Amino acid sequence: MNSTKAVSPTPSFIEMLVRRRVLRTFFLVFLVAVVVWRIGTALWANPTLFLQQVIDGLRLGFVYALIALGYTMVYGIVRLINFAHGDVFMIGAFMSYLAIARVQLHLWPTKVFPGISPVLASGIGSITVILLSMAVCALAAITIERVAYKPLRSAPRISALITAIGVSFFLEYFGALDFVFTPNFITYKRPFDVTTWVFGSGGVQALVPGQAIPENTVTFSNISIIIVIATIFLLVVLQYIVTQTKIGKAMRATAYDQQTARLMGINVNGIISVTFAIGAGLAGAAGMLYAIAFPQVTFLMGVLPGLKAFVAAVLGGIGSIPGAFVGALIMGQAEVLSAAYISTPMRDAIAFTILIVVLLVRPTGIFGEAQREKA
Amino acid sequence: MMLEVKDLNVYYGAIHALKGLNFHLDKGEIVTLIGANGAGKSTTLNTISGILRARSGQITFMDKEITRTEPQDIVRMGIVQVPEGRKIFATLSVLENLEMGAFLNNDKESIQKDLDAVLQRFPRLRERRRQFGGTLSGGEQQMLAIARGLMSHPSLLLLDEPSMGLSPILVEQIFEIIRDINAQGTSILLVEQNAQMALSIADRGYVLETGRVVLEGPAHELLHEPMVVEAYLGGHG
Repeated sequence: MNSTKAVSPTPSFIEMLVRRRVLRTFFLVFLVAVVVWRIGTALWANPTLFLQQVIDGLRLGFVYALIALGYTMVYGIVRLINFAHGDVFMIGAFMSYLAIARVQLHLWPTKVFPGISPVLASGIGSITVILLSMAVCALAAITIERVAYKPLRSAPRISALITAIGVSFFLEYFGALDFVFTPNFITYKRPFDVTTWVFGSGGVQALVPGQAIPENTVTFSNISIIIVIATIFLLVVLQYIVTQTKIGKAMRATAYDQQTARLMGINVNGIISVTFAIGAGLAGAAGMLYAIAFPQVTFLMGVLPGLKAFVAAVLGGIGSIPGAFVGALIMGQAEVLSAAYISTPMRDAIAFTILIVVLLVRPTGIFGEAQREKA
Repeated sequence: MMLEVKDLNVYYGAIHALKGLNFHLDKGEIVTLIGANGAGKSTTLNTISGILRARSGQITFMDKEITRTEPQDIVRMGIVQVPEGRKIFATLSVLENLEMGAFLNNDKESIQKDLDAVLQRFPRLRERRRQFGGTLSGGEQQMLAIARGLMSHPSLLLLDEPSMGLSPILVEQIFEIIRDINAQGTSILLVEQNAQMALSIADRGYVLETGRVVLEGPAHELLHEPMVVEAYLGGHG
C-alpha cells in the first residue's frame, strides 16, 4: 500500500461534507424547509389562528424595531455593542410608569382644559408621557456614554464591551433599589383604556368587556394600532433626521470615517452623544409601548427584549438602519410563531437559535456590508 | 508669517515621528514639504489640523497659538486639510460630501452660494452630484476632496498627496487647480512624494527626513539641488 490518500484528487464524501460550504448550505436548506413546512401546515389547518399570531408578532416586532435601531446606530458610529441598551429601555418603561401612577402626568390635559374631549385628552396625555420617557432615556444614555464609554474610546474594543455589560448590570441592580425603582414586579397602569375589536365573517365589531371571543375571528386592540403607528412615525422622523438634516449627515459621515469627519470641523464627540441620545430615545418609547402591551414592569424587564433586539440588529446587518427594522419584524414573527406552533418556552430560545444561525451562515446579516475595518 | 511651526515634537507611542520640526509659510505662498515615506509629512499636517497632539513645540497661525486647539476650531480659523487618500465619505452623496465640508457654516444661503461656485469650478462633480462618493473615479474623488475642503473658505489649505494614484494627465489637472486656488488668494501647504510636480508649482520647499527638515529653500533652487535630484527626482536629472 502506498500512502497517496492525502493527495487524492477526488475528495471522499466525508471530506466534501467537512468542507464548510456544503454543510452550511445543507443546514440552511433543511432549516428553511422545516420552517416553510411548519408555517404552511399551520396556515392550512387554521388560517384565522395563524393570522392572529402574525398580528401579535407584528406588534412585538415593531417594539423590537425601536430597540434594535439604538443598537445598530450606536454600533455604526462607535463600533460598540451597547449591552446596556436593554436597560435603558427598562428605564423608559419605569419612567412612564412613575409619570402615570405617581404624578398622573397623563391626566394633565383634562386638568388644564376641563372641557376637552376624552380621546384627545388621553392622546395628548400619553404623548406627553412618552416624550418624557424618551427625554429621560436620552439623558441617561448621554451620561452613560460620557462616563463609561468615552474614556475607553481608544482602548481595545473588548474593554468597552465588558464595560457595557457592567453598565447593564449596574442599571439593573441600581434600579432594583427601593429608593430608585423597586425590586418587585409592578402592574403597569395604562394611560388610556383598552378597546378590542373582533374581525370575522361579521365584519369588525368592538368587543364588550367580559364577552367571550367568537370562534374563527381575529382580535386586535387599540394597543397594537398605537404601537404600529407610533413606531412608524418615529421611524419616519429618524429617517428624516438621518438623510435630510445636517446632524444626520454628520452622523453618517462620522460613522464612515471619524478622523476625516473631524477634519471637516465636525464635533465628533457631540455627534456620538446625539447618536446615543436618539437611540436611547427610541428605546424609551419602546419601553413605554412594551409596558402598555404587556402591563408589568420590573428591573430585569430589559434583558430579554434587549437581547432579542440585539439579535434583530445582527440579523438585519448591524450598522444598517433598514436592516434593524426588517430584522426586528422577522424576530417578532419568529418569536410568536414558535410560541404558538413549537412550544411556548421556545419563544425565547428561538431568538438565540437565529443568532447562532446568522453568525454561522451570514455573519454580516441581511443588509450587512462586508466588514470595513479602518486603521 | 501666516503659519509658523517651531521645534515641533510628535510621538506615536514610543516612536518619535517629528523631531524638532521648524518651518513657516507666508500669506499667499505655496509651500511644499517633500520627503520619502515615513519622513513625517502627514504627521505634520495632522498635528497642524489638531488630529494629533504635539508633545512639545509650537504652532502659530495668524499670530495665535493653535498647538492645543481642537480640530473643529482649527477649521473655523481657516485651516482645512484635504487628507491623504482623499477620504471621501463613500456612503454619502457628492452633494452631502460637499455639505460636510461646510459643516461649520450655519447660513444656508451662503452654503448654496459656495456650492454653486464649487460646482462651477468642478463640472464633473455637478454631473455626479447625486451619486455616492464611493462610486467616483480616483481623479473625481480627488476633485471632490479638494472641493469639499474649499467649502469652508479656508485661508490655508493643507493638501496631503493630491497626486497619489492618479494618471499623469490627472496629476497635471489637479496641479493646475491647486495653482488656480492659490491665485485666488488661498495659501497652500502641499505635501507630496511627487517632488518634481510639487517643486514646479511651489514658491518654497522643505525636504523632510525622519522627522526633521534637512534642506530648505526656494522651490526652483531645490529642483537643482544635487541632493534633492539624487534622492527625489530620479537621479541624474
